[in-house]
Amino acid sequence: MAFFRSHVLVCVDPECLAKGAHAMLDALQDELVSQGLIDEIQVLETSRIGSCADGPEMMVYPEGIHYVGVTEDDIPYLVEEHFLKGRVVPKFQKSIVAVVDEELGPAKPKEVRVVLRNCGQIDPENIEDYIAEDGYAALAKVLGDMQPEQVIDEVTRSGLRGRGGAGFSTGKKWQFCRNSAGTPKYIICNADEGDPGAFMNRRVLEGDPHSVLEGMIIAGYAIGANWGYVYCRAEYPLAVRTLNLAIRQARDLGLLGENIMGTNYSFDIEVRQGAGAFVCGEETALIASIEGKRGEPRPRPPFPAVQGVWGKPTNNNNVETYANIPQIILKGADWFASMGTEKSKGTKTFAIGGDVNHTGLIEVPLGITLREVIYDVAGGIKDNKPFKAVQIGGPMGGCLPEKYLDEKIDYESLNAAGAMMGSGGMIIMDDETCMVDIARFFMDFTQDESCGKCTPCRVGTRRILEMLQRICDGEGEPGDIEKLEELCQQVQQNSLCGLGQGAPNPVVSTLKQFRSEYEAHIYEKRCPAKVCRKLIHYSILEGPCTGCTVCARNCPVNAISGERRHLHVIDPDICIRCGICKQVCNFNAVAVS
Amino acid sequence: MVNITINGNAIQVPSGTTVLRAAEQAGITIPTLCDHPDLHPFGGCRLCVVEVQGARLPMASCTLPVNEGMVVTTESPALTKSRRTILELLMSNYYDSGYKDGQKETTQFMRWVKHYGISVKKAQAPAPRYPVNSDPNPVIWVDMNKCILCTRCVRACAEIQGRFVWSQGGRGFNTRIVAGAETTMLEARCETCGACVAFCPTGALDNRLSMGAGKPSTVVTTTCAYCGVGCQIDLNVKDNHIIRVTSNPDASVNGMAMCVKGRYGYDYVHHPERLSKPQVRRYLLKGEPKPKASAGANPGENSDPLWDWVETDWDTALRITAEKIAQARDQHGADSVGVLTSAKCTNEVNYLMNKFTRQVVGTNNIDHCARL
Ligand SMILES: Cc1cc2nc3c(=O)[nH]c(=O)nc-3n(C[C@H](O)[C@H](O)[C@H](O)COP(=O)(O)O)c2cc1C
Ligand code: SF4
Ligand code: SF4
Ligand code: FES
Repeated sequence: MAFFRSHVLVCVDPECLAKGAHAMLDALQDELVSQGLIDEIQVLETSRIGSCADGPEMMVYPEGIHYVGVTEDDIPYLVEEHFLKGRVVPKFQKSIVAVVDEELGPAKPKEVRVVLRNCGQIDPENIEDYIAEDGYAALAKVLGDMQPEQVIDEVTRSGLRGRGGAGFSTGKKWQFCRNSAGTPKYIICNADEGDPGAFMNRRVLEGDPHSVLEGMIIAGYAIGANWGYVYCRAEYPLAVRTLNLAIRQARDLGLLGENIMGTNYSFDIEVRQGAGAFVCGEETALIASIEGKRGEPRPRPPFPAVQGVWGKPTNNNNVETYANIPQIILKGADWFASMGTEKSKGTKTFAIGGDVNHTGLIEVPLGITLREVIYDVAGGIKDNKPFKAVQIGGPMGGCLPEKYLDEKIDYESLNAAGAMMGSGGMIIMDDETCMVDIARFFMDFTQDESCGKCTPCRVGTRRILEMLQRICDGEGEPGDIEKLEELCQQVQQNSLCGLGQGAPNPVVSTLKQFRSEYEAHIYEKRCPAKVCRKLIHYSILEGPCTGCTVCARNCPVNAISGERRHLHVIDPDICIRCGICKQVCNFNAVAVS
Repeated sequence: MVNITINGNAIQVPSGTTVLRAAEQAGITIPTLCDHPDLHPFGGCRLCVVEVQGARLPMASCTLPVNEGMVVTTESPALTKSRRTILELLMSNYYDSGYKDGQKETTQFMRWVKHYGISVKKAQAPAPRYPVNSDPNPVIWVDMNKCILCTRCVRACAEIQGRFVWSQGGRGFNTRIVAGAETTMLEARCETCGACVAFCPTGALDNRLSMGAGKPSTVVTTTCAYCGVGCQIDLNVKDNHIIRVTSNPDASVNGMAMCVKGRYGYDYVHHPERLSKPQVRRYLLKGEPKPKASAGANPGENSDPLWDWVETDWDTALRITAEKIAQARDQHGADSVGVLTSAKCTNEVNYLMNKFTRQVVGTNNIDHCARL
């Protein structure tokens, strides 16, 4: 294994690329070559480190120095200062904790990193980096001295539950598949990750692909499968590339393919790309898609463990589920079960979004409270505004208000509260969020992503969306709330798959927790959070307005008139309620009502 | 065998049976739309939901395999409500432009809509979403405003006819049934067999030749006259005219399947030029010698009135034919006679022709028009 004294990670996310990250990367490579440093310093591509808004950005290890705004022209100076003379260049340095960490920063208080432990720490494109961190040691242990039943037993005892949404016991699922008659059997890794704003799985695939592959091989051994598919969405090109590279490297070392590690166990893995339909994350639709059919769910039973891909017994788990496996094997079921609550063990990754100080990826032990996640891990609400709600569980999850903040994050508590664990999306909202609008937003997503197979979901979600739209537009009528509740219940009950059954959840939970907001929209034609455009209007206050004209110059539809140094006026008939005037006014003179 | 209870009746069915089929065996009707016994189960319309003891949600009975000890309820206020909601949702996306359709009777969809007391006028979509009569197919009428996306057409075309003309395009609310990659049916390799029409429960696919023909006064189950397969077909007859041909689900030979000739090739029945009695040349009838061809006439043409075709009865026609064959054989040897039979004859007729040719006439000169 080559030794580098330093690793430089350069972000190649679209935003950084647009700012010239590629040119900077090339210049860096060239400069290191010409300075004779290329054997000492390794340059790697990665995704978002701190914030692409400051890009192009890079991270230098082992010092952990985060440089931002580095252009091609800055490279000679930076290389000379940092890598030749060993001096940090303060001009580009930006402390990563201080910035809004969009994806994955250093572990924050109360975080425990099991699944993410290697992300950002090792070179995902070098299998030896993974091996150096005990990689494939679990596989060696399994193939060397464990019977398949023992492996399943260890996983069952660990209490690991599926991280893809439903939270079914992973050990039990493996046992079902092992017990199923029929050969060959298959392993599927669900890397479709279609929830809007979710990137937990992507980060693991891009940062530590071998942990997922190792988990899949172990699962294959446990259930008696010799072939695995990773179903990865095509929107994750870097993940697909990293996975394929990792598979090649594992094959080269005899960790995949015929006679793994010289034993008589053989297993290989193929990456299949999905075309970005959310419903293809549902396991039966995913299987149809792998088989080359339209990505449509089919009723279960039969479950994939009995009849999966190509009609054969198939075990499907989420990326994060597999990534947990090697460590459970190495450190033991008891170690894993020591984290979490009675029924929800281990850790869970979350993609935190919304109005908090630190958005991005986190990993916390289950059983932590929502309050701890929001205030301790995510740094509290932005600008110290009041907390209003947390939406948890992705587009099929629910919105919980303040009274649930001390609720534990585990499968049962979240379900009882009317939300769900889901795959790990968490959006935190401050008091400037309209809950009807949020429900409408999620409904818009799910109705668009419905596969169209079954009636309640195909037509029902559209009708729910139309009702929400009318309410947001101030055209709601008495009785609409009851109609909504009834239709939501019907869609939940009668849909074929989890998408339709879960799609009404954001509406149901906001109706339950924030009913008064719906009522204000319907009966008073008022949006309490001042968000719904048709229900608000903008005006300029006489006192604070200095007549600076900035609002009039920025209004996209020229709805504002007024002389310089005189009060400006908004014409409500022209105004499109975009809110730009409020944003640009330096004197807080624009009021919303 | 698996023991289950449906609406309190204990039933034994083979394992692998669906709850829907088990209920049918017990004489219990569960409303369905996307299901058809001849097609693979789909489970999309959700009209067939039933309650299963211990299950969290109602389940679609058409896709649910029976399980030992299963306890099923097929009617309850909650199920009625589910079914009514499903039908209302389907109706909210259905538009009947008011033309006279080509159906034999009220469609299956409309029967359930009425059964659950839904008013078509109130429940239907405010406006059509698609053009009416949107495909130029010569025999199939397409009006996707009536489509409920049950995919019976898709499955019928793929599973029975093996042509794969139809599929679902788009997704969510924009899902629609498309031919090929949104081309016309014929461009998508349609062979106009009409299977999709026969399976469509709404009239979104309809028989173009029968539009407005109304209901039949009688339905005659008969054997298709076109070939030796012997498909059973139902002639829908009104005023002594065939107004359409429909599949007979009980047909043992062909089930719901038919080819374009059987389903749509019935106009010859009422064609003015159709032969309905045997005809012979006048000279044969009169026992006169064959007239000489007139000068300058094309082969086969002759202006001599003795050459005309005249109607006669079967006995006469057959007698003349027999005499002529015997005469040819006696005068010129058996090999001077040749027999050509037809795919329109049944196997039995073809067998008899074989016997006749080889044993009665004494020649091997027999062939068949369907020979390739
Ligand atoms: C609409 C829908 C979308 C889903 N999307 C995903 C997904 O993106 N990733 C995933 O792992 N599971 C997803 N699931 C859950 C899967 O169907 C399945 O339960 C899961 O992959 C099982 O893995 P686990 O046991 O490891 O959780 C989805 C389910 C539904 C109904
Ligand atoms: S619930 Fe929605 S996504 Fe699932 S099968 Fe029905 S239409 Fe498709
Ligand atoms: S055209 Fe008819 S058979 Fe085909 S999906 Fe629509 S309603 Fe069903
Ligand atoms: S008949 Fe069972 S879902 Fe349509």
